[in-house]
Amino acid sequence: MSNDLSNKTWEAPAVVAGNGLLDRRAFLNGGAAFAAALTGYSLVKSAAAEPLVDDPWSRETGTVTPALQTPSRFEKHVVRTLSNPKNETRTSHGRTPHHLLSGTFTPNSLHFTINHSGIPDIDPGQHRLVIHGLVKQPLAFTVESLLRYPLVSRMSFVECGGNSAPMFSIEPVQATAQALHGLVSCSEWTGVRLSTLLEETGIDPKAKWFIAEGADSLALSRSVPVKKALDDAIIALYQNGERLMPGNGYPMRLLLPGWEGNMNVKFLRRIKLTEEPAMSYYEGRTYSQILPNGKAYRFYFLQEVKSFITHPSFGLKMNGPGYYEISGVAYSGNGRIVKVMISADGGKSWGEAALQEPVLSKAFTRFRMPWRWDGGPVVLLSRAWDETANVQPLRAEFVASRGQTRKPVTNPLGFPNQHYNSITSWGIDRNGEIKHVYA
Amino acid sequence: MSTLKPMLFLALALAFVAGESVAQTPRLGKPVSEADIAAWDISAMPDGTGLPPGSGTPAQGAKIYVEKCISCHGENGTGKPFAALVGGTPLTNGIETPKTIANFWGYSTIVFDFIRRAMPFQQPRTLTNDEVYALTAYILALNKIIDDKDVMNAETLPKVKMPNRDGFMPRFPAMMP
Repeated sequence: MSNDLSNKTWEAPAVVAGNGLLDRRAFLNGGAAFAAALTGYSLVKSAAAEPLVDDPWSRETGTVTPALQTPSRFEKHVVRTLSNPKNETRTSHGRTPHHLLSGTFTPNSLHFTINHSGIPDIDPGQHRLVIHGLVKQPLAFTVESLLRYPLVSRMSFVECGGNSAPMFSIEPVQATAQALHGLVSCSEWTGVRLSTLLEETGIDPKAKWFIAEGADSLALSRSVPVKKALDDAIIALYQNGERLMPGNGYPMRLLLPGWEGNMNVKFLRRIKLTEEPAMSYYEGRTYSQILPNGKAYRFYFLQEVKSFITHPSFGLKMNGPGYYEISGVAYSGNGRIVKVMISADGGKSWGEAALQEPVLSKAFTRFRMPWRWDGGPVVLLSRAWDETANVQPLRAEFVASRGQTRKPVTNPLGFPNQHYNSITSWGIDRNGEIKHVYA
Repeated sequence: MSTLKPMLFLALALAFVAGESVAQTPRLGKPVSEADIAAWDISAMPDGTGLPPGSGTPAQGAKIYVEKCISCHGENGTGKPFAALVGGTPLTNGIETPKTIANFWGYSTIVFDFIRRAMPFQQPRTLTNDEVYALTAYILALNKIIDDKDVMNAETLPKVKMPNRDGFMPRFPAMMP
């Protein structure tokens, strides 16, 4: 292939929008050739500046293979941020370090988690799931019995309704994508369709809702329309191929693809079919949010279409002018992402990003855009569209209807409001310093 | 094969007649009765469904509060180190206005339900139903939502109208059952 390339003349990829955004197709189709054309590297002349010698680790035998592998010691900084560093007994959060990850699924050790009364230490041999209420026959299922059912796997993001809450601040909070957007993650979940179990219990036609409840100490409960149960709800037992992490609901959780994270009840032990919603604490209070007119949304259900750039972003460094790839994640609770547009000039001009295949419904889609930074000030934005024609709102229109805080938010761990799905903007100055800005 | 096909046809025909689904599922669930589930079935609904027998008054609740709640919620529910149980500013003050029982909670049953399932935080589900009714009454009276003499039970509690009951709307009305 390199011989092939060296014999061809390559045109520089087209600039498609201001401040150096390049045609996404050049990157996808050109591969190495594109890099060669852009950066002036020659594949033929790509000799090292100094003669190569063996490094120390190449001259000795390595360590023995461990039973459970962990990341390199050079990646120890890639961890979740914690809200309760002194183990305070209150709601605790761990946020996914999006600016240090790539791809579309989140490693289990880095999947975000929020626990309102700690993580229960559940013996899977003792755990049961009961389905009752407006059913023909109440049934109890053990973990062992559910593992014998036909299992399905699907990619799905899970996002806390309070993710991105610092974005409601009247002034941009200087924080990483992890601090701002770390309460969303994406995994392949495997489990039993809830509809299969409801087929066995039978459903009384009067049932319109079901109350899902966990085995955690406060028996967290949420009400969900039965329609969602029959659509795509799963009793998830596996996460990225291994059994659920304790913080993500071991030994089983409700998975409602695309719906508000808290409704995906963890440590699931009870499902009760009812005519009306329970109006539980978490739906009637915590995950209802105040609007500027003093009214509040209750039962938001969906996590709406959203995207944010992870590379480059606050906390990372630019290494001088030249070629970079802009990339990030886009997702929608309504289905597939169909388009992500990028701006490098604060929204004046936009170019279309490439979407990494496969693009899956209600899952992370990684978008990428080749970019040549000329070293001048830029403001990077991403904006996503989903297959149901929903578009990520611009910040001005979003805060016009949803409001922003009166005073600047100083604690990025707080939750001034919820369900922010507008734009995130990163400003880069001539020194390559990256700041969070509002464009 | 020759015998299976007629049998399958027969099974389908019978299932059709009975109006049952023909899907093959493992059927590994163990039948249980609502009586078996009673200890877990603790959801108290706005219309009073799920509220247990028992009753309590604000005065009874005040005593229990001092014993079991004050260390987290402060004197007379004023808060610290954890959430305040009294007061609250108007929701029109801003989208980040702290949500309180008085300014936000839409139903009195949420107070009962959450105390019963989650409080005290370190010893959940150790309170008797009478104690939960009494604490609910105490908190509602602190907020002047009921009178100091009112008795809370399965009949009276659902009739208490919370100040912000009509302050809510669904985000997507078409998605509501």
